[in-house]
Formats: sequence, structure tokens, C-alpha cells
Amino acid sequence: MIDLLSIDFMQRALIAALLVGTVAPMVGIFLVQRRLSLIGDGMGHVALAGVAIGLVTGVAPVWTALVAAVVAAVVIELLRTRGRTNGDVALAVIFYGGIAAGVVIISKSPDGTPANLMKYLFGSILTTTSSDLYLFAGLAVLIAATTWALRPRLFAVANDEEYARAVGIPVLPLNIVLAVLTATTVVVAMRVVGLLLISALMIVPNAASQLIARSFSGALRWAIAFGLVSAVGGVALSYPLNTPSGGTIVLLAVGLFIVTAVAATVRTQLSRRRHDIAETHPHEHGIECGHEAIPHGDHVDYVHDGHLHAAHESHYDEHGHEGVHSDTTGGAGAAGTVGAADTAGTVGAADTAGTTSTTTGTAR
Amino acid sequence: MLMSAPRTSPDAGLPAAASDVVIDLRRASFGYGERPTVTDATLTVRRGEIVAVVGPNGSGKSTLMKGILGLNERTDGTLTLFGVPGDELRDRARLGYVPQRHTLSTSVRATAEEIVSTGRLPRIGWLGRLRATDRQIVARSLDVVGLADRAATEVSTLSGGQQRRVLIARALAGQPDVLIMDEPTAGVDAANQHVLADVLERLVERGVTMVIVTHELGALERLLTRIVVVDGGRIRFDGTPERYAAQRGAVHHDHDSHHHDDELRPHPSGVTVGPLDVRHDGRRR
Ligand SMILES: [Zn+2]
Ligand SMILES: [Zn+2]
Ligand SMILES: [Zn+2]
Ligand SMILES: [Zn+2]
Repeated sequence: MIDLLSIDFMQRALIAALLVGTVAPMVGIFLVQRRLSLIGDGMGHVALAGVAIGLVTGVAPVWTALVAAVVAAVVIELLRTRGRTNGDVALAVIFYGGIAAGVVIISKSPDGTPANLMKYLFGSILTTTSSDLYLFAGLAVLIAATTWALRPRLFAVANDEEYARAVGIPVLPLNIVLAVLTATTVVVAMRVVGLLLISALMIVPNAASQLIARSFSGALRWAIAFGLVSAVGGVALSYPLNTPSGGTIVLLAVGLFIVTAVAATVRTQLSRRRHDIAETHPHEHGIECGHEAIPHGDHVDYVHDGHLHAAHESHYDEHGHEGVHSDTTGGAGAAGTVGAADTAGTVGAADTAGTTSTTTGTAR
Repeated sequence: MLMSAPRTSPDAGLPAAASDVVIDLRRASFGYGERPTVTDATLTVRRGEIVAVVGPNGSGKSTLMKGILGLNERTDGTLTLFGVPGDELRDRARLGYVPQRHTLSTSVRATAEEIVSTGRLPRIGWLGRLRATDRQIVARSLDVVGLADRAATEVSTLSGGQQRRVLIARALAGQPDVLIMDEPTAGVDAANQHVLADVLERLVERGVTMVIVTHELGALERLLTRIVVVDGGRIRFDGTPERYAAQRGAVHHDHDSHHHDDELRPHPSGVTVGPLDVRHDGRRR
């Protein structure tokens, strides 16, 4: 690793990977939420036309690609809101028009070799120059800051667009901002991951994180972690293996996804086994229900006909008998331990609520 | 005791000058462009009223509701909300919209609390974050709907009725002046309808104004102060539940069509043994 770090271009590539690995999943989670997982792919196609124009005219391809992708992003978002019937087809026209124009224009440029085209399509660690790197860093910080600042609103809009509109959250502007963030991410990731694979780094880490997370904030953290490991790991591996960095990064991300899927399945099987559910339970415990509430670790047990009942998912778990708490919990307990990282942000308020109910719960 | 103090007061922060009229429609038509699906609707909802808007599927009741929310185009007439023309209402969170569950995206995981927190967003600035007081309001909203213990539970693992209550809590977090609910009982099993009706009753006791769009009155009939029947894109009846019961035959005779019969007939168990009447043995009262 020390060896790798001493090489100039490798340093730049690793820094670029660090930036890309962070921002791509951050933006991607909202695309997954809006079921637009493939939109980044289309923007990559259009960005290629921008790259081509840059190569022909002598302007830095990063800038022309950025302009092309951002314009496409805004047009796509407007098309999505306006035309309901042909929106899909219109997107296809834009995307394929973009990549076709890119391929044709590049062939006419002085650097228009197939090898050069490959670098843009699939990523190459050798292509990141230090001036590029400053631009990427600037853009990445901008993407991260914007996404972070707008995160609650982006979440609200992606979660329930109709509700967001009804309560006056500016839906279209937020969707356009998300589209522009996506376009910018595509361009930032262009050198390292490549235009044909960038969408994967936005989506695959999120696909993996969805398997283990129990909250949105938890999912976001996991996705960034997966993205970072894939991007940095992929770049580091691609040098000794002499493979294209983009493909290596994405394969690593897919590998992480598979490992996570297996681990998540095993975990679900284990927790399902040791799990005692209160079978028929039409009653809903709560602050005004009249059953005594006993705080227990991260949850509250209600004394119900001598049994201890704790809320878990849509049902109640049996936590033993009055006075004897059996904490073999695969249910609420497991949720507490495994999801501890996930719920860190949300636990505060839940605690307040929990305390309220315990103080008012009275024995009948 | 805490119980007697209102934990969520949707009326808080209301200007003293605000009139009693929450929603006022005058000869309004709603729809998409040329062909309005609701025509000539005149309706006034006052503070404290619990209004059911009933009608069969495709009757226009949803169009009417979405028109009031500003989600559908108004092609004619006037809409006044809290004394202000409908499109000039800036503070739209005063309309507490509770949509049907299926509008909630489940493509990514989110906890009940995270969903309810989005209801708080209209109350904080463009870039504002939730502060301690906002989080308390979110927690109290979850509490009111009986989901305090499930705040950190992922919503897709909750039952249909529980998810519906998450959406009610989300609307409450915005401290609305009226709750507008779209089919709150649809697809909710009997046990959960009972809980849901209890939650709504609790809100009624707190003086929350409600407009409930539904095709079945059953579980909610006892709470209502008024019933509005929509059919064929028009308001066919507007009056008290008693008058509704008395005139049901006439209303239903006017535009007889077989599939409407069930909709207008009271739920078999609605009046006498609806979920509201059955007190679970675990309850106090
Ligand atoms: Zn209880
Ligand atoms: Zn119980
Ligand atoms: Zn359980
Ligand atoms: Zn317990």
C-alpha cells in the first residue's frame, strides 16, 4: 500500500475514489427511493456526448460533460413531470442519442482512438490529472453538502410525492436539484468508474445496505460505507491486477452485495427461530391502555394478564411472565443490537416517548 | 395527569382572528382540464366538525378531496381555506392530509419516526433541521396514534392499520387545523379498525376538525357530525347523520344503480355493534 501511495497517479486515483465512493451512494439512495435506479446510466450516456465535444473543441472534457449531463438532467425531470405517456420513450431517445453522438464525435477528434473511448466508458485510474482532481473535490463537496442539507426534504418528496405537494414542499425544484446532483455525480465519477458503470456505484451499495438497515439514516450510512470500500478497494486492486478501475470497483460492490445478502438471510433465519409471539393480540398497548408498563433495556414491556408483552414489528413479543423477564429475544432485542447503528439518530425521541408511557401507565 | 392535558394541540399558533370556517367551496368544479369530474360543489366545513364524504368508487369524492388539497385543478367556482383563497394559502400544512397507504414509497427502509418527521418539515424553514421541540411533537404525534413503542420500527413491517396511523401521526406532526383523510379504514382488519376508531375518537375529543373520505361509514359513523354524499360528480346529500339515516332511502332511490346500494346502506354492524361499541376488556372506560 505504501508502495501504491508513493505513485502520483495512484494517489490521485485513490483520492478520487474516496470522493466518488462517498457521494455516489448518497445521491443514489434517493434514486432508489424514487425507483429511478437507471437514470444515472442514461445521464452517463449523455455525458459521453459532452466528453466528445470537449475532445473535439479542445475544452476540458470534464466541463463539457458536466454541461451536457446537467442540461439532460433538467430536461429529463421536466419531461417526467409533463408528459406522462411518452416520457419513457423520450428518455430513451435522449440517452441513446447522447451515446451515439458521443461515439461518432469522438471518432472525429484527434484523440479519437478506441482506447481513449474505453477510458471514458469504463474508467481508468491513469486519466485523473491533478487539475481534474481539484475540480472533482470541489464538486464532490458541493454534492455532499447539498444532499446533506436537503436530505429531509429529498426524503419527504421521494417517500410520498403527493403528500409533499399537498403540504407545500416544493416538489419540482427538489426533483430538479436531485437530477442535477445525479448528473454532477456522473461527471465526478467519470474518470474513476467510467460513464457506463457509474450508475452501479450509485445503486449497488444501496441495494446492499437495504438488506441490513432498519432505518433510512442507517441505510444511508451503510451505503456510504459500502461505496467507500468498493471504490477505494477497486482502485487499489485495479493497479496490481492491471484491470480497468471501473469494472473492478463495480465487481467489488456486487461482491459486497452478495456477501451481505447471504449474511442477512442467515441472520433472519437465526432471529426467527428464537422468537415468541403473542399469538392473538387485538389489543394495542400504549399510554392510555391501562396496562402497567415496565421499561426494559431499549424497550418497554407491558404486563398483560401476567405476561410481559413488547412491541415488535406489527405484533407483540412474549417477554416472559410478570417478575421473570425472559430475554432470549430474537425479536425486539435483536432489533436493538443489530440495528443499534441504524437507529442511533432516532432513538432519542423514541426514548422520550417511551418514558412518557411508562410514567402514565397505571395498573388496573 | 398527562392524559388530561392535550399533548398535541392542532389549534396551537392559530391567529386569533381566524374565522370559524375551515373549508368553503362555492359552486366549485374540479378535474383535469376540459372535463371536470366534480361539478357545482358547494360545501362549508366549520371548526370542530367531523364530516364524512361518502360515495362509491368513481363518484368523484376523491377528486373533490384532492381539489380541496390543491392536488387537482379547479375549473370553476371558488375555494376558500381558512378565509383565504385556496391558491393563496401559503401555510398548506394547516391541511393535514392523510393519504391512502399505497402512496407511501416502500422502496427504501424508513422508520415510523422518520416518516412522521417529514410531517414536521413544513413547519421548519427551507434548510431548517428538526430541533428538540420538533422531535417532541413528532414523538407526541406517534403517541397519540398509539405507536410510541414502534417509533423505531421499520414501516414496511407494520400492519396496514398501523401504517395508516403512521400517516395520521405524520399529518398531526404538522399541527394542522383540519385532518383530511382518504379511506382511513380501507384494507384495515377488524382489530385494527377498532384501534383506529379509538385514535380518531381521541382526536375528536381534542376538538380536531376532520374530513373523512370513505366508501364505508361503518366503524366511524358514531364520530360523525355530518355526512356528505357524493355521486356522479355532484354533492347529493349534506346533513346530519340522523337526517342521512332518515333520507337514505330517498337519496338512494334518486340515482339507483345496483353497485351503489351497498355503499349507501349502512355497514351491517355500523350503528349498533361497530368496533367503537365493542370495548376491549383491557380498556379502562
Ligand atoms: Zn395494554
Ligand atoms: Zn398484550
Ligand atoms: Zn416479534
Ligand atoms: Zn422485554
